Formats: sequence, C-alpha cells, structure tokens
Amino acid sequence: MNKLRGLTKKQLFLPIFSMILVMLVNVLFDIADGNNAFDFFSVSMKGGVLYGRIVDILNRGSEVAILALGMTLVVSCSAGTDISVGSVMSLAGGVCCVMIAGFGVTSVSTAAELAHPIWMGILCGIGAAVLAGVFNGFLVAYMKIQPMVATLILWSAARALALLICNNMIVYVRMDEFKVFGAFLGPIPTPIIIAAVCIAVLALVLKFTALGTYIQSVGINKRSSRIAGFNSAKIILMCYTICGLFAGIAGIVNTSRIYSADTNNIGLNMEMDAILAVALGGNSLGGGKFNLAGSIIGAYTIQAITTTLLARGVSTAQAPVFKAIIIILIVVIQAPPVKAYFKRRSAEKAAAKEAV
Amino acid sequence: MKNNAVLEMKGICMTFPGVKALDHVDFTLKKGEIRALMGENGAGKSTLIKCLTGVNKFEAGEIYIDGIDGPVVNKDTLDAQKKGISTVYQEINLCPNLSVAENLFIGREPLTKFGTIKRRSMIAKAAQLMKDMELDIDVTRNLEEYSLAMQQMIAIARAVDMECKVLILDEPTSSLDDNEVEKLFGMMRRLRDQGVGIIFVTHFLEQVYAVCDGITVLRNGQLVGEYSIEELPRVKLVAAMMGKDFDDLAAIRKGENRDFSGEPLEIEAKGLSHAGKIKPFDLEIHKGEVVGLTGLLGSGRSELARAIYGADRSQTGTLKVDGNEQKIKNPIDAMHLGMGYLPDDRKAEGIVGDLSVRENIILAMQAKLGPMHKIPMQKQIEIADKYIELLQIKTASRETLIKQLSGGNQQKVILARWLATDPDFLILDEPTRGIDVGTKTEIQKLVVQLAQEGKSLIFISSEIEEMLRVCNKMAVLRDGAKVGEISGSMTQESVLSAIAGGESNE
Amino acid sequence: MKKITLADRRKPKVGGNTVMLMITIVLFFLLYGAGCVMYADKEFGRLQNFLNVMINNAGLIIVACGVTCVMLTGGIDISVGSVVALTCMFMSVGLAEWGMSSGVLIVLVLLIGVVFGAVQGYCIAYLEIQPFIVTMAGLFFARGMTSVISTQQVSVPFESWFGQLSQIKCEIPFGIGAYLNKKGVVITPYVRITVVVALIVVLITFLMLRYTKFGRSLYAVGGNQQSAALMGLNVKKTRMLSHVLCSFYATLGGLCFCLNTMCGTPTQATGLEMDAISSAVIGGTLLTGGVGNVVGTFFGVLINGTISSLVKFNGKLVASWANIITAVLLCFFILLQAIFAKIKERKK
Repeated sequence: MNKLRGLTKKQLFLPIFSMILVMLVNVLFDIADGNNAFDFFSVSMKGGVLYGRIVDILNRGSEVAILALGMTLVVSCSAGTDISVGSVMSLAGGVCCVMIAGFGVTSVSTAAELAHPIWMGILCGIGAAVLAGVFNGFLVAYMKIQPMVATLILWSAARALALLICNNMIVYVRMDEFKVFGAFLGPIPTPIIIAAVCIAVLALVLKFTALGTYIQSVGINKRSSRIAGFNSAKIILMCYTICGLFAGIAGIVNTSRIYSADTNNIGLNMEMDAILAVALGGNSLGGGKFNLAGSIIGAYTIQAITTTLLARGVSTAQAPVFKAIIIILIVVIQAPPVKAYFKRRSAEKAAAKEAV
Repeated sequence: MKNNAVLEMKGICMTFPGVKALDHVDFTLKKGEIRALMGENGAGKSTLIKCLTGVNKFEAGEIYIDGIDGPVVNKDTLDAQKKGISTVYQEINLCPNLSVAENLFIGREPLTKFGTIKRRSMIAKAAQLMKDMELDIDVTRNLEEYSLAMQQMIAIARAVDMECKVLILDEPTSSLDDNEVEKLFGMMRRLRDQGVGIIFVTHFLEQVYAVCDGITVLRNGQLVGEYSIEELPRVKLVAAMMGKDFDDLAAIRKGENRDFSGEPLEIEAKGLSHAGKIKPFDLEIHKGEVVGLTGLLGSGRSELARAIYGADRSQTGTLKVDGNEQKIKNPIDAMHLGMGYLPDDRKAEGIVGDLSVRENIILAMQAKLGPMHKIPMQKQIEIADKYIELLQIKTASRETLIKQLSGGNQQKVILARWLATDPDFLILDEPTRGIDVGTKTEIQKLVVQLAQEGKSLIFISSEIEEMLRVCNKMAVLRDGAKVGEISGSMTQESVLSAIAGGESNE
Repeated sequence: MKKITLADRRKPKVGGNTVMLMITIVLFFLLYGAGCVMYADKEFGRLQNFLNVMINNAGLIIVACGVTCVMLTGGIDISVGSVVALTCMFMSVGLAEWGMSSGVLIVLVLLIGVVFGAVQGYCIAYLEIQPFIVTMAGLFFARGMTSVISTQQVSVPFESWFGQLSQIKCEIPFGIGAYLNKKGVVITPYVRITVVVALIVVLITFLMLRYTKFGRSLYAVGGNQQSAALMGLNVKKTRMLSHVLCSFYATLGGLCFCLNTMCGTPTQATGLEMDAISSAVIGGTLLTGGVGNVVGTFFGVLINGTISSLVKFNGKLVASWANIITAVLLCFFILLQAIFAKIKERKK
C-alpha cells in the first residue's frame, strides 16, 4: 500500500498511467468488437512501409510531441503558456509554401515552376516561426506582459497573416521532395524521425548544458535567480524563441502531410493539445520544475486519445469536448485546495487509525 | 480581566517546526494606552500579533477582549476586526484603484432601498471622517494619488471608524518622514484619549519614547517584562531587548584594532545612489577588512549594499573594484568582479525553493560559468558535499529540496552558494537572522576567517553585539543616507548613540 | 506640528487611465473620419452605415461588457466566442429540428450560460486554477458541444417568434439622418432590436459597476485581492460571480448574434473572444485588473467594427486584414499599458 502511494507520487506516474489507461480502453474495445485483443499493438509491413495503430499514433502525434517540447520550456520559465503555437504553425506552413510556389500561385508540381528551392522555403517558414517566438518572448520577458495575453496577439494575427501571405487561397506544393517530410523515409514515417531528432537534440542540449537549471531556477524564483546571477529576461526570451522554432518545425511537418498551405486548418487547436501534453506529463502549469519525458509521453497519450475517439466515430470537431474534460480533470487534481483537501483527509484517516 | 484592560493575552504558546516561537507569553493592554511591543528580529513580536489577529493558530493560552465573555479565538483577520481588533500594516492594505471614500467604506457602504450605493452620502461621511482626523484630503480622488503616509493615515482612519477597541500599528512609520510621523503621533494620541488601546510595533527607539505609555519587551519567544515608560530608559530597553546587563553593554570589543589604511582598496565607491532608497554615499573597503553597515531597519543599510552589488542599479557615482573603475548593471556583472551577496530576504531573494540543496549550492557558480559550461555532476556532488560538511548543513540528503530545510539551514546553503564562487568581496545581509545561537557563532567565526584569508566583507546585522565582534569598521546609516563611520574602539554605546544620532531622552 | 496640506497631494492632473479612454475615443473618431473621407463616394459617412456597424456588432458589445467585468477582477475569459457559437447552434437546432418554442429556448440558453459560468467561476475562484486554462478548456468544450449538436449549418426558421424578432426595425425618430434614395423614396435609418438590447446592457452594466456593491467589489478585487479580503469582501464569490455574469452575457450576446446571422454553424464566431478582449483593452481596461469601464469597451467595439467596415468598403482587401489590424491595435494598447505601468512603478 505504501509502495503504491510512493509510486503515485512519482512525476511520471500520471502520464504513464494515462497511457496505459488509453491502451487498456483500446484493448477492451477490440475485444468488444470481436477483434484480436492486441490488435492495437500489432505492427506489420504493408507496401514497404510500417503499418499499425501504434505506428499511426506515433506518426500523427509527432507535431504535438514537437510542440510539447517548446511548450514545456515556456511553461517552466514563465508559468504561462504560449497559445500562439497553432497559429504560428500555420504561418510557418504558409510562408514555406508561398516561398516555394511564389506569391499568388496556387499550385506547383514540377521543379521548373518553383520560385525558390524547397529547402529555402522550409528555412523561411521556420524562420518566420522563430521570429514569432522572439516577438512573444520580447513581450513576456521585457514588457512583463502575462504570457497568455502576450501570445493572444499572435494567436489571432499569425493565422490571419498566413491567410494574407497565401492571398486567401490554399497553396499546393505537389512535389515528392516536399511531401517526404509528411510521408515515409524508407519504411518509417518521416514525422516520427523528425520528432525523434527534435527530442534527441533538445534532450542532449539539456543534458550537456546548464540551461535546464537556468530555466527552472528562473521559473521557480525570478528574484533569487537574479541575485544569483541569472538574466531571467534573456532566458525567457530564449524559451519562447525555442518554442517558436519547434512550432515552425511542426508547422512544416503538418503542411507537408497535406502538401499544401491550408492556413485555416494547419495547427488548428494544436495549442490545446500541446498544453494538455505538458499538464498530462505531470508538469505544473504554475512553472518551475519540468520533466521533458513526461511531456513527450503526454503528447503521444493525447494522440492515442484522439485516434481512439476518431476510431469510435467521434468527429474531429467533437473531440475537443473530451479533451476539455480531461484537461479540467487534470488541473483540478493539481489545484492547491483539492490537494490540501486530500492531504487533510489522509491525515484524518491516519489520526483515526491511531485512535483505534 | 484586570481592571481597565481592553485586551489580555495569557500564556500564549506557539511552535514553528524546530522553534518555540512563543513560550507562555502574557500581554496586557489597557484602555486608552499606547503600548510599544519591542524585541529584536525573531523575538516573537509578529508571531504574537498574528496569534491575536487570527493569522496564526496558537497552541496554548487564552485571549480576553473587553466586552466579550470568555476566551476568544479569532478565525482570521476579518473575525478579529469584527471583535474590535484592527491592524494597520507597513504595506498598505487598501485598494489603490478606488477612491479614498470607497476605501474607507468598502464592505459597509451606505445603501439606498434598492441596494445601490449612496455615493453622495458616502462621500459626505468620508469627508467628515477625514475632517475629524484633521486630514486635508479630497475623498473622491483615487487612493494611489496620495503619498504612502497619507495612505497609512487613511488605513488608520478606516480601522478606527469601525468600532475599534484595539488598534495594532505594525511598523507604520518605516516609510514616513518626520512631519508625517508627527502627524501620525497626533492621531494616535487623539485615539488614545478616546479610549482606544494601541499596540505600536516599531524599530525606532525615539518614537517609543515620544508617544508610548508602556513597553512590553519580548526576547527569543519569551516575555522579558511589561514596563511603564518611566521605569525603562533607553539603554535599559536595549539591554532588555538584547538580553545583556548594562555592564556587559559597556564592555569594549575585545581583540586587536588593526589598521587597514595600508592595505590596498578592494572597493571604492564614490557617490553611488539609488533614487528613493539610498542617497549618494562614499565607501572604502580594504582587502581583508570587515565593514559593518549599521542603522535601524529601513535606514538604508541593505540598500547601500544592494547599490554596490547591482541588485538595485546605481544611478550615480563611480565604483572602483580592485583599483579599476567598473560599471555594474546586474548582479552577474558584480559576480564576475568577484562579489557575492547574501540577501536579507532569504525566502524571496535567496532560495530557489523547488531545487535541491545541491542545485542551490552550485547555482551562482554555474551562473558565473555561463549556460554552456555545465559543471559535471561529479563535481557538483563534490562541491555540495564539501559545503554540507563544512557548514554542517542539516539535510536528509544533498538532493532534498531546499524548501524542506529549516530557515537556518537554508541560510547556510545560500552561504555555501557564495563561498563556492570563491568571492573576493562578500556582502552578508542579516546572515544570522532567525538562526540558533550555535550557528550564529559559527557564521561569525567564518566571517573572521574569510577576512583573515584576505577577503573583504560587508556585514549587516540588527545585533550590534555581533557586529562589534566581527567588524573592523562600521558605517552608520540613517534615513537612507550614510551619516558617518566609526572605527577604532567601538562600544555598544558609541554605536547606539551614533545610530540614534546624538538625540537622547535620558 | 505641520498640517498636511494640499501640497502633499500630487498635483491635479489627468490620470493615465483617463488618457487611455481619451485615446480610444479620439481614435474612433479619427478612424471613422478617415473612412468618411476615403469612401465619401460610397457614402461611408451616412448615419445608416454607422448604425450598421452597431447592428453587426450588437452581440459583440454585450459579450465585451461581460469580458470587461471579468477583466476588472484581473481575470480573463476566452470561452465567450465558443459560447456564442453554442448559443446560436442551440437556438437554430432547437427551433428548426427539436421544434421547441422560442421562449423556452431563450430561457434555457440563458440558463446554460449561467451554469457554464458558474462551473468556470468555481474552478477559478474556489479551486484556484488559472483563469486562462479553465476558460480555454471551456472554449474547446463549448466549441465541441456545438459540433455535437450539429455538424451542419442550421438556419433559424423565420416564422418562429424568435425569427420574427430579427425583422423588427427600430427607426430613428425625427428624421435624423434620413435621406432620399435614387428613386426618391425617403429612407429612414433604423437599428435592429439587438442594438436596443445591447445599449440597455451597456447602460445597466455601467450603472451596476458604478452604483452597486457587487460592481465596486469587482474593482476592489482587481485592485488588490488581499486588501479586498481584509476589508471584508468575499473575493472568491465576487470572482465566481464575475464569470457567471460574463457567460450569461455571452449567451445573451449569442442570441443577438444569432438574430444577426439567423443560423448556427460549428465554426461560427471563431475568434470572437479575441475581438471582445481587444475591445476591452482598447477601451482602457487594464489586463491586470482594477481599471476599466464599459463605456471604453463600447468604443473599443466600435473601433473594431469600424475597421471591419473599412476593410469591407475597400472591397479589394482580404478579410483577414481586419484581424491583423485589430491584433496590431491590441498589441499597441497592451504595450501602452505596460509603459504606463512602468512609469507608475518608477514614480514609486
């Protein structure tokens, strides 16, 4: 019993527990449908590529996982969330496609039609996202505006800007060199590889530099950090810039999947998934300590939930209802008064035991 | 209840983890009396007041209030207010964005029969109240348009207007100038004549003698005594607060009086200042010298240190470190020049609560190295273990979160953080506050030892005795300005009179 | 003893807050004036055009009033746009498919608003969860529920009592702004009933904020929560009620919105929360709480509406220009607030 309680206190308990729960639900559904009970976990090769529900979740969850990386840092250092990431994804996609196709062009399919090379389009797309991150970071770090309000500006403007850049049209880039980022590299879906690279790079950076300590220290106590020699504004600016960078990468992946800049739909409601991933990862939305692994597991858990919901016939538009309920449940459990209540309850129980 | 008493507290006990904050403390306040509650930092003044106003839950003892049968336990400050106990704090607890009239009447506005506020009648009442208090204030203006002193008076006016039997003034004068203080005293005397009992908490000795009728002294959570103002002259009061006999106080500082004028200068400040906090000052610190900054709380002693360190950026003057002129914009600049600063507000500016002891110790060192040069984990552990042993930090492990440690041990961790950076010049602001006697001595020894190693230090403390023990020189501060220096043979008395500025009421 | 005199008081001057409101009002007139000059040929300056701005934004005015009340306490509510969409969908589907009566539906919708606000408010005030997180969940919940009710565009039947409301023209009396059209018929300018409702809401909210205990509590809580609690105000209840009021206004605004569009779609009113918040901010409501006024918010909405109107009159500009300009304005005013706050801090 005590061991179990110790387990529930571990930071990774929440994300792993929810992951297992989602898998269990899937297994139950499979049994109810008369399928093989472990269909969910089966991976096979079809037409030279990996195939299976797990692969699908890993593939589709790439964007959220990438976003969750940046969001984790932002939450940690500034105790607020960057709600503009979804729109910034759209901006990155828009800039990228327009750079490649040229302004006002709706579709390109051969190399000869390209206005700029594909790599340049991608760089510009990501560059625009980084700029957006710098803008957010400047407002939060130097103008001392609450993170969510500061990012509210781009939440609305970035998507509008993307629409403007695309001249209010969907810009198609029908080229395999571009499609590859959202398709397959060998047998493995490329987004999985990109997400893995992003995760690995950030994890290595955090391991071999002291940035993790810097970010957490600033997130926990800004004043103490300043006296101890940290420049909190610079660190916050950096976190928002990194968040922008990852939003850009996620935006390119998402754009590449549909090989078009459908600015109205790229990254729509993604900020919600990213924040949910961070919360589900056992990170406090109040900032401070963070756990990257938790956020990543959280991200794939959310994708698993989405995939499960879609598989059960819930439409994409309706899925937010469930996610909203989950996010509220998570934050309610984390809420100080609720925690205090359970603490009191267990103390009372202990006291009652002693009395006996 | 005793005759004429408006408030009586008996045998109040209260423990914080590891510390007996209040040990059977009695307190009596008569009707129409101004009683000073005196004691050093950590004596238990604020804890006693918090027990009275319901902020802290006391473990044993009883509180009686005039007009209420039986012992009283206040649930919270609001409850206390309803029973006639109002508190005015140093930080003003009013709403700056509302008008003066609203601040006076919020929560008890005059209403029409439709439940709407009678603004005109509220303003008239407020104006009358201000007139009664002899304050010339336009009550329709927003509170934030008035000076802090005025806001304080308005806070008092609100407290008094609400059926107040006991008025607690918790260091209300720290941000006021002389005229404003006099004004406040006038108001206090008027209230006393109306029969209100006033508990006055202050660090300014002169003010106690200027306005109070009685003094209650606490020390280390225990009652030293309740005196009338006549039977306790100033020096005896200080003695009571510090727990020293008068003879002891006169004792000359033992040890050599080394002359540092031959030593090279570590710090040479000329005309540094920070607007509104510390007026331009000059200060020289030689290598191996310990300079004490003395003065009452709020005299600018912390602010002086902060201006040198860059915690509050200095707006004027020049600073030479080790003979070279330097510009310090941020603490990190100062750190690169070999400085360290242990702040007095440990919780707000010292610890990073959710990080472990190890991480807290290496924090400043890491900041100096920059983010790209992470200290290898093995080295971190070595450093942490070294200082945990050296300073005898009591912690379950080096990975324990610092917020779980006691105050004294937290202080040692912060000290370790700075020692780890191997500073040439270390500022210690109240390093011994809230620390047990044994640790205090250790820290004092450490300071002397550091000085012997050729490091320069600034030492700030409310305890003069402690300063006498470690400092080679003292700079005296009053009202946000450096007013002088004492060196050579320093005694409690010479320092005290320097702080008090020669005014004496004996 | 020195008497404290008038000299102790800061010199009488116009406070930063009043400056903000003035900037807003001047900005509105400048924008509108610019429109009148630029599109004189298209008769931008006609009273009816101004009234059209009001008609198109009646719902937004009501929603923004609610958001202002929440922002006064230092909170924020980004769920209002979705609540408006939910309201429209609920009304349309209720009338067209469930065959419910208009009266019942209206009461039901307003009740949903109150309950929705109460749940959000409880989470924020009593469970101490960040308002942004709670209302973001609210945003997605309401948006999702809209799709759960129907994934199609559903029209409000004209023959219903509610549908008929949209036909009522409230003409401006005394021939003010009347003009002859090309056929020589006198056209009297008019507003829809939604504008009347919106104006009443602005008036009531204004009076409530100024003259009731609840209204003043909103300001007090926004000014300094701790002080407000010490002065005997029920901070938690006040904060919760502000969210109840906000969601109630969101549903009321949703009804007006519905009368304007006469349909419900799952993507309706996306980004309306942004318009509401930016209107409040542009109108001088401080994001940190404690300062603001529905009059400012009203002008903020008019500025937003004028921008959309200008983009529409231009005819060549992409609609998202309106979003961008609004966002730029919002950014400008947020920075202005930050600068004012810094000046204030420096003075201390």
